[in-house]
Amino acid sequence: MSVYPETEIKRLAEKAKHIRRMIIEMLAKAGSGHPGGSLSAADLVTCLYFGKFSSGEPIFRHNPKDPTWPERDRFHLSKGHCCPLWYAVLAECGYFPKEQIYTLRKLGSILQGHPDRRTPGVDVASGSLGQGLSVALGMSLAAKIDKKNYRVYVLLGDGEIQEGNIWEAAMACSHYRCDNLTAIVDYNHYQIDGRVEEIMNLEPLTEKWRAFGWYVLEIDGHNFYQILDAYNTVVQIKEKPQVIIAHTIKGKGVSFMENVVDFHGRVPTKEEAERALKELE
Amino acid sequence: MPELLYQRDIYGKTLVELGRENKDIVVLDADLSGSTRTCLFAKEFPERFFNFGVAEQNMMATAAGLASCGKIVFVSTFAMFATGRAWDQIRNTICYNNFNIKIVASHAGITVGPDGSSHQALEDITLMRVIPNMKIIVPCDGPQTRDAVRTAYRIEGPFYIRLGRAKFPTVEKKPEFIFGKAQILREGTDATIIACGLMVYEAMKAAESLEKQNIQVRVINMHTLKPLDKEIILDSAKKTKGIVVCEEHSVIGGLACAVDDVLTEKYPCKIIRIGIHNRFGQSAEPEELLREYNLLAEDIERAVKKIL
Repeated sequence: MSVYPETEIKRLAEKAKHIRRMIIEMLAKAGSGHPGGSLSAADLVTCLYFGKFSSGEPIFRHNPKDPTWPERDRFHLSKGHCCPLWYAVLAECGYFPKEQIYTLRKLGSILQGHPDRRTPGVDVASGSLGQGLSVALGMSLAAKIDKKNYRVYVLLGDGEIQEGNIWEAAMACSHYRCDNLTAIVDYNHYQIDGRVEEIMNLEPLTEKWRAFGWYVLEIDGHNFYQILDAYNTVVQIKEKPQVIIAHTIKGKGVSFMENVVDFHGRVPTKEEAERALKELE
Repeated sequence: MPELLYQRDIYGKTLVELGRENKDIVVLDADLSGSTRTCLFAKEFPERFFNFGVAEQNMMATAAGLASCGKIVFVSTFAMFATGRAWDQIRNTICYNNFNIKIVASHAGITVGPDGSSHQALEDITLMRVIPNMKIIVPCDGPQTRDAVRTAYRIEGPFYIRLGRAKFPTVEKKPEFIFGKAQILREGTDATIIACGLMVYEAMKAAESLEKQNIQVRVINMHTLKPLDKEIILDSAKKTKGIVVCEEHSVIGGLACAVDDVLTEKYPCKIIRIGIHNRFGQSAEPEELLREYNLLAEDIERAVKKIL
């Protein structure tokens, strides 16, 4: 039996649905961007920012009123193209006014097409894939030098981990025993050109991470019980970095976007957005 | 005989000084800490030194993560691998974020010698110069290396400092080092030589020889390549008959190109470029290579005469 009351799971599910609505709305307004991977990782990031440990403490320690609070946990979006998800979450947390999401990708906006430090809550820009695990490693090492106990979370895309830099970083994270670092792989099985398995197969993926010295968890990235369990587990692991390989569905939550590769980098039309929002009511 | 010093020795010693002064200094290397001399820092501050093995891309992006948490990060490896292998990381994750990261790369230029072309970075200045926020210093000798490293420490933001492998002769009687302001090492009205790095010494040698032939040459040590001291370039163009630019680097995108950019817009004049002309390097002793690639004082001398 799970330790999470049904009301808590329901709260998070509602929150995730709300975040998905915001993603659709901002992308439809922007006219370009990446819905598929934003929707697939929505449950994972929602649970991180809004979920609680079984102890009742919030999973992610941060303060939207003080975005540079030195003790804050760090989150880095290595798969930067999925920033609509991050922006929705940050706005929902109160890092900036919600109406700002409609300025996404517009001239002078604090919400750039890929994450940027002009957005409150974003510590490091991203966009060029494969570098975020290294960024997280740097944050993790800084905590160790300063003897601080903040944690570092980094969201990686599945296509992204085809980059060599990721595996250089994977080696270094375990070499330096970064047990304050958790990587989350949004394994939605699609990249721009098609199925990951066909473009450049990642399997056997759990074995790869394990061979690099990581503590590996494999979960259903849309099952809130499993997501919360994973976040509860990783914080207890000592001496090893942890990776949560989350099996997800690209475009999750909008029936006609699910597993449709076209929606990796195409936004819904006005009519499609209306249909999507109806589904997310 | 001039004093001969390894720039990287001075770098290593300066890092140790800085490490004692500031606990936020962190140093990274990619399996070349013995050569770059970051090993001196590693020995004294093992908890603030990280070796990344042969993985420069990871090292550069990790530096960004450290800098995002308030660290002042010095990153070292050979110039070839720092600027070539990890260019995307430097552009997108270091410079775009304007992080406080100092890339101090050794083994730049043709005088790497016997290791040959793969290890002779001749394009590194070009690669770093095109990136916004990046500041570049090319110290001319051992003592100036300390000035360069301390300047990079003092000024917030990303820096690229280019060091050689070989021992460099010390250039005597330099005026005070001021970041962004070139040093006039000799005055003259016939022509101007603008040089950086090892070529400053060769330029001085050329100027001394020319003086004996009654040719007075102004010699400028352009230690800061970015931001560039445009004023002194324009002043020299106006006051002398032409400019010889000297660098142990490709003339495409390097110092010659930077000087040319200023003059083309504001005051076109005669320029002769001493440098590597669209070629790769090769194995040989440094002195042989300087001769083969026409980078000696006598080559500079000839160029000056061509201008007059």
